[in-house]
Amino acid sequence: MTQSIDLRRRGLLRASGVSVLSASTVALLAGSEKMAVAQPSNTANDVGILNTALALENEAISAYQLGATSGLLQKPVLEVAVMFQTHHKEHRDALIATIRKLGGTPVVAKSDAQVAQALNASALKSQTDVLRLAQRLERGAANAYIGVIPSFGDRALAQVSARLAADEAMHWTVLTQVLKDPLPAKALSFGA
Amino acid sequence: MLLPASLMAAALALAVAADAAAADAAHGQELYESRCGGCHSLDANRVGPAHRGVYGRKAGSAPNFNYSPAVKNSTVVWEERTLNAWLTNPQALIPGQRMNFRVATAEDRADIIAYLRQQSGR
Repeated sequence: MTQSIDLRRRGLLRASGVSVLSASTVALLAGSEKMAVAQPSNTANDVGILNTALALENEAISAYQLGATSGLLQKPVLEVAVMFQTHHKEHRDALIATIRKLGGTPVVAKSDAQVAQALNASALKSQTDVLRLAQRLERGAANAYIGVIPSFGDRALAQVSARLAADEAMHWTVLTQVLKDPLPAKALSFGA
Repeated sequence: MLLPASLMAAALALAVAADAAAADAAHGQELYESRCGGCHSLDANRVGPAHRGVYGRKAGSAPNFNYSPAVKNSTVVWEERTLNAWLTNPQALIPGQRMNFRVATAEDRADIIAYLRQQSGR
């Protein structure tokens, strides 16, 4: 059964003494969906942000699918790519569950063919090409999750966005190491 | 001393114009690729609409992109002032939009706008 992201944070949020949870989040954490949807002003905007995040995750899943089936990735890079795709699928499932709990309708994913065209996948001719595309998308995803944090009405969802950004940054770091690119010389390289 | 609203608006416009004059499109390209590239491309609709030609374009008018009703129905035209407001806080400019991504630093916003303007041939 798919759990929403917030439910998995319940214990830690309590333990860390977080006191900024909105009424809607408290209701969501308590499993009361009726209460959760009773805060319409912030919730509608939060659902919009989560749906944009879902579209981003759907694109990432398709991009890794294109890479994995391209015949360009060799083991063990292929296995890592498939693992990262699994992470994105877990993000997708958690986002869908959360959007539904908040009373929203999850956006429908584009087809792999549509994503391939938008990302110009026909130009990918080598493993390095595929990894560069993945590296670029992961950096963009991390920065996207950081860039929407101030817009969440619900601070618990903002924290979730930070956790998702951390996953994407981890992916970017591994891809950067595989590509033998230098690591950032300065701190605070994401979100900047 | 309190300034009249019209004077404050003029001062704000001057500040935006000054930022635009000093903006660095090359740095804007770096920022665009790292911060906007998760969702946007210049020539393809992805999570967000294609951006080539966005400067000077009416909001919600990129061909074949499924905009929110709020953006589609907006009368905003993208130029220095509106793009600066959009990147500062999209929801404040067009309530009901779906982007919500914010660029906190005025210099970074100016550089990104300079790049978008350059890529729009303006």
